[in-house]
Amino acid sequence: MRNIWTIAKREYDNYFNSPLAYVVGFAILLPMGIYFALIMWISSQSAAMGGPAPESTPINWLFVFLMIFLSPALTMRLLSDEARMGTLELLMTAPVRDFELVAGKWLGAFMLILSLAAITLVFPLIMNNYVTPGIDWRTMISSYIGLLLVCSALLGLGVGISAIFTNQFAAFFTTLGLFFFLWFMVNLPAGYLEQGGDVLNYLSLSTHFTQSMNNGTINLGDIVYYISLTALGLFVGSTAIEIRRWR
Amino acid sequence: MIKVSGLTKDYGARRAITNLNFDAQQGEIVGFLGPNGAGKTTTLRILTGYMPPSDGEAIVAGYDVVEESLEVRKRVGYLPETVPLYTDMVVFDYLKFMGELRKIPNVNDRVDEVLDMVGLLDRADGYIGNLSKGMRQRVGLAQALLHRPEVLILDEPTIGLDPGQVVEVRELIREIGKERTVLLSTHLLNEAQNICDRVLIINQGKIVAEDTTENLQARLLGAERVVLRVRGEADELASTVKQVKGVQGVETKQDGAVEFEFSPGKDLRPEVAKKVISAGYDLLELRPLGMSLEEIFLELTGSDSKKK
Repeated sequence: MRNIWTIAKREYDNYFNSPLAYVVGFAILLPMGIYFALIMWISSQSAAMGGPAPESTPINWLFVFLMIFLSPALTMRLLSDEARMGTLELLMTAPVRDFELVAGKWLGAFMLILSLAAITLVFPLIMNNYVTPGIDWRTMISSYIGLLLVCSALLGLGVGISAIFTNQFAAFFTTLGLFFFLWFMVNLPAGYLEQGGDVLNYLSLSTHFTQSMNNGTINLGDIVYYISLTALGLFVGSTAIEIRRWR
Repeated sequence: MIKVSGLTKDYGARRAITNLNFDAQQGEIVGFLGPNGAGKTTTLRILTGYMPPSDGEAIVAGYDVVEESLEVRKRVGYLPETVPLYTDMVVFDYLKFMGELRKIPNVNDRVDEVLDMVGLLDRADGYIGNLSKGMRQRVGLAQALLHRPEVLILDEPTIGLDPGQVVEVRELIREIGKERTVLLSTHLLNEAQNICDRVLIINQGKIVAEDTTENLQARLLGAERVVLRVRGEADELASTVKQVKGVQGVETKQDGAVEFEFSPGKDLRPEVAKKVISAGYDLLELRPLGMSLEEIFLELTGSDSKKK
């Protein structure tokens, strides 16, 4: 376990050594800030005519939506670049299990997302000051749990794919393609099917977040779904490293 | 410390090493000598637990490299051939990271100690990316020494170093080799001759010779060869040298030097010198050719470059 933490810590620091952490942070926080300002402005306009109080959860939806496109950039080089530079050879000959290596990489990326998510807490805090009797904190917390679970799954799958490739751009586009499919496309035909539509809906990355956790409903099924995807990604990653040894 | 039996590795259809058998004791420096593609790196990678063999068995520090890979990896220090390093990390932080992975107590002190050993203490705060190739090589070596490994496996440890550093690193390896087992690969013959107690010559995945450097030389060296140089034109030099009894294989080189050889143990150099001087030449040089191990090597590996 200590190995996972050691690797995660290095990876987290490494994000800030390169522009990547700042670019991704900017690309997430700026649109969220603009969106938040818009929500506040629109509801202040409609409040004058007795409109509803604003909700903070749509901003979290934007975070998750942006992560579909940005998380492949965070995970693409985690293992592929180690393989390309040859540094993987040193990690593979260090007393570290393949799973610890992959899990450490995932945790490093997840810690970056935790930091970004912590920054976004300012939005509900600000909103809380302008809404009486305050915003619905339970929905907000549920929404944040959902956000972290989605990110965990995205990063897990991304790390797994990164372990397969030696070229980071191959990893990027494969990851992006997979997320695009899982988020937008897998449940498209669900409405047109007489049977089996539920299965496709269950497979979709978005339904578990947008239709439940972001609205304040926490289902065990949704949690299991995201944790399973994370585990699948880490399993694919450690298997890919294992296969490298035997090749 | 290292015991290898019947080690074989296939990359798809290509067989990289075939049925290798050798061992190395504690306090011994064993050199792995062979041309490019002979299977040196493959063998070292198997011994470090990087990849499993296709067949055969390897015991390192008392543990099987396949069954107890993690135990082996705890006890082995490894310097890969290309010295892969995180170029965007500071030297100290990098070594600390590797030290934490190896769970070294008081890691900061140990990193300082190792940096001092490889002479990089003044570059501890610099980025690895800004270091020269020789310095990176030494960072790699520091990383391999960090956890005081029982077995040190070095793949071409002095490649890319300048001559002064080569001497330093060889000195360091010799020092470490007094207590620990060192297995190093090299394609430099004088390096093997310089540091190793024993040399394994490997070619096309097979061990073709295994012995101490002295024995190898003695076994294969039919005669001692000497080069002779005099001032000015020396058309008659070869025939003058031939007059000395026992001299064989006299050859005139393009630059006017004359090479000859005699049976080992029977040094004819004083006789040749007297003869040359009495014939009226100004003697400039009379030097035994130090290339002998190279010739042995070419002999054993049957390389085409023999007829250069």
